[in-house]
Amino acid sequence: MGAAGATRAETDVGDAEMKPPTTSTQSTSKPAADVDGRPAKTIEARGVDLFYGDFHAVEDVTMTVEPNKVTALIGSSGCGKTTFLRSLNRMHELTASARVEGEITLDGQDIYGSKVDPVQVRRLIGMVFQSPNPFPTMSIYDNVAAGLNLNAGRVKKSEKDAIVERSLRGAHLWNEVKDRLDKPGSSLSGGQQQRLCIARAIAVEPEVLLMDEPCSALDPVATLAIEDLIGELKNKFTIAIVTHNMQQASRASDITAFFNLEETGKPGRLVEVGPTEKIFTSPSQQATEDYVSGRFG
Amino acid sequence: MNTTLETGVLPDWSAYGVVAASAALAAALLLAAGAFSVALLLVATVFVAAIVTYTWSRRIEGPRRAKDRLVTLTIVAAFGLALIPLLSLVFEVAKRGIPGLSLEFLTESARGHIGGGGAAHALVGTLVITGVAALISIPIGLMAAIYLTEYGGGRLGRGLTFFVDVMTGIPSIVAGLFAYALFALIFGPGIRLGVMGSVALSVLMIPIVIRTSEEVLKIVPNHLREASYALGTPKWRTIVKVVLPTAFAGLITGMMIAVARIIGETAPLLVTTGVVDSINSNPFSGRMQNLAVYAYSEYRTPGVFKQASYDRAWAAALTLIVIVMVLNLVARLIYRRYRTEIR
Repeated sequence: MGAAGATRAETDVGDAEMKPPTTSTQSTSKPAADVDGRPAKTIEARGVDLFYGDFHAVEDVTMTVEPNKVTALIGSSGCGKTTFLRSLNRMHELTASARVEGEITLDGQDIYGSKVDPVQVRRLIGMVFQSPNPFPTMSIYDNVAAGLNLNAGRVKKSEKDAIVERSLRGAHLWNEVKDRLDKPGSSLSGGQQQRLCIARAIAVEPEVLLMDEPCSALDPVATLAIEDLIGELKNKFTIAIVTHNMQQASRASDITAFFNLEETGKPGRLVEVGPTEKIFTSPSQQATEDYVSGRFG
Repeated sequence: MNTTLETGVLPDWSAYGVVAASAALAAALLLAAGAFSVALLLVATVFVAAIVTYTWSRRIEGPRRAKDRLVTLTIVAAFGLALIPLLSLVFEVAKRGIPGLSLEFLTESARGHIGGGGAAHALVGTLVITGVAALISIPIGLMAAIYLTEYGGGRLGRGLTFFVDVMTGIPSIVAGLFAYALFALIFGPGIRLGVMGSVALSVLMIPIVIRTSEEVLKIVPNHLREASYALGTPKWRTIVKVVLPTAFAGLITGMMIAVARIIGETAPLLVTTGVVDSINSNPFSGRMQNLAVYAYSEYRTPGVFKQASYDRAWAAALTLIVIVMVLNLVARLIYRRYRTEIR
C-alpha cells in the first residue's frame, strides 16, 4: 500500500499546522506487522461537533483511531458515542437533519470533503450494528456476498466462493454453516447472525471496522466468541467499538475513549482517551475514574 | 380482604347455551307479541343473551369476568352484523347469477344475437381495460411510493402525500369525465376508446397503489437499509436489492388489491369506453364493453326476452365477483409464499 502512504505524506505536507499527535504519526508510519502485510488506516477526528437539527449531540471531539488496534468508546447512554461512531463512516448524515462540523480524516484524506462520495467512504469503513441484521431475503451465502453483489461489478462465481469462505472463516462461522449456505440468514442463532454480519462486513475488505455495541444482544458465550474474533481482526483492520460493558472494553480494546454527558440536554464530550490499561487503572480525570469504577459521577 | 385465588367459573358450554336459550326465549316473546321476523329475532337474541350472560356471570364469577363476557358477546355480535350483508350479497348474486352462466355466456359476444348471446366481449374488455390501467398505474404508483418513503420528506413529499389523499376520495365519475375531457380535447368530442377507460381507472388506481406500497415500504426496517449502506452500497441499489425484495410480498398483495378495487368500476367506463356488442381486444381502436357496464345495460335496456337479459346481468355480476375473489386469493397465496420475516 505504497500509494496510500504517499497520499498521506502529501496531505501532511499540505496542512502542516494540523499535524496529528506524534503518537499516531509514529504508529502509522511504522506499518504495524500484520498477516497480509497490509497496514490498516488511521482515522483522525479534529474538533468534531455533531448535531441533530438544533440539538447539539456531541461537542468538540479530537481523537485518533489507531491502525491495527481496537479502540473502545465507553460512556453512559446518550453521551454520543454511537453518534460519534456513526459520523466516522458518514452514517450519521443518513438521519434527517443531522449535521457534522469539524474534520474527520482517513489517512489524511478528509472524508467529508466536498468531492468525496459517501458511498466510497462506507466501502472503506465498514460497520457492524447493535442488533444482528442479516438481509432477510437472502441466504447465508448471499448475505456474505451481499457487499459484492450490491456493488455492481460482476465477480466470478469461483472468486465469490473464495471470498465467502474466507470471510466466514474470518468470522469463525464457516464450520457451523458450511453445509447450509443456501439457508436463510435468519435461520441462525443471534450470536451466529452477528458473526454473519461481521463476515458480511469484512467480505468487502474495508480498511476500518466500526462496531456499535456488537454484543449487546448476545449471551456471554457468543460475546466471548465475538471478542476473540475482534482480537484477531485487528491484525487486518482498524477497529473502533462502542460498548456499555466495562469488562469488554478492558478485555478487548487497546485504547479506550471515555465520553460523558455533564447533564441532560447538554452535548456529550470526550473526557479522556488513552491506553486501555491507563484508563482503567489510573485515569487522569475524576469522571473517568468514577465511571470505570462504577461510581457514576 | 378475600385472598383466595379460586372463584366460581361458568361451565364451558355457558356461552353457547345462553345464546341458544336466549334465542328460544326471544322467539317465544316475539311470537307472543305477534311480531316475529328473523331480523328482530337476531336483535332480540343478542339483547337477551347480553343481559343473561352479564347477570349470571356477575353472580358466579364477579364483575370483572362479567364485563369481559359482555364485551366479548358484543364484539362477536358486531362481527356477525358486519358479515350479514357480505354473505347475503354473495349468496344472492350466486343464486341469481348461476342460471345465466353457461359456456355460451363466457365464449360468445352479443353481436348478431337478438336478445341473446354472451358476455365474452365484456369479459375481454374488462381484462384488457384493467390490464392497461394496471400497466399505467403500477409503475407510476410504485415509483411515487419509493419517492415518498426513500427520498421525500420535504415540501414536495408532503404535497404529494396530501394530493394522494385527495385523489383517493375522487368520485369515480369525475375520473371518467376527466379522461373523457382529456381525450376529447385531443381527438375531438364523441371519442370512445378502451384506453380512455384505462386512463380513467388509473386516476383511481394510482393513489391506491401509492398508499398501499408506501405502507409496505415503511415497514422495511431501517437497520436493513443501514446495513446495506455500511457495505458501501449506493442508495438506488439498496432500494432495488434490499428494500424492494424485502417488501416484495406486501407490494404484490397491495397491487392485487388495487386491481380488485377498480375492476368493478362502472361509471367512469360508461362515459369513456361506451357500449358495444362485439369483441374488441384493441384498447386503441373503437368502443369496448366491460362486465360492469354490461350488467348495467342488460338490466337497464333489456331486450325482447327480459328475463334472459336480467339473468345475464346477474351472471356478469357473479363473474366480476369471482374474478375479484380469485385476485384476492392469488394475492394471499403470493403473500404466504414470499413474505419475509421482518423483525
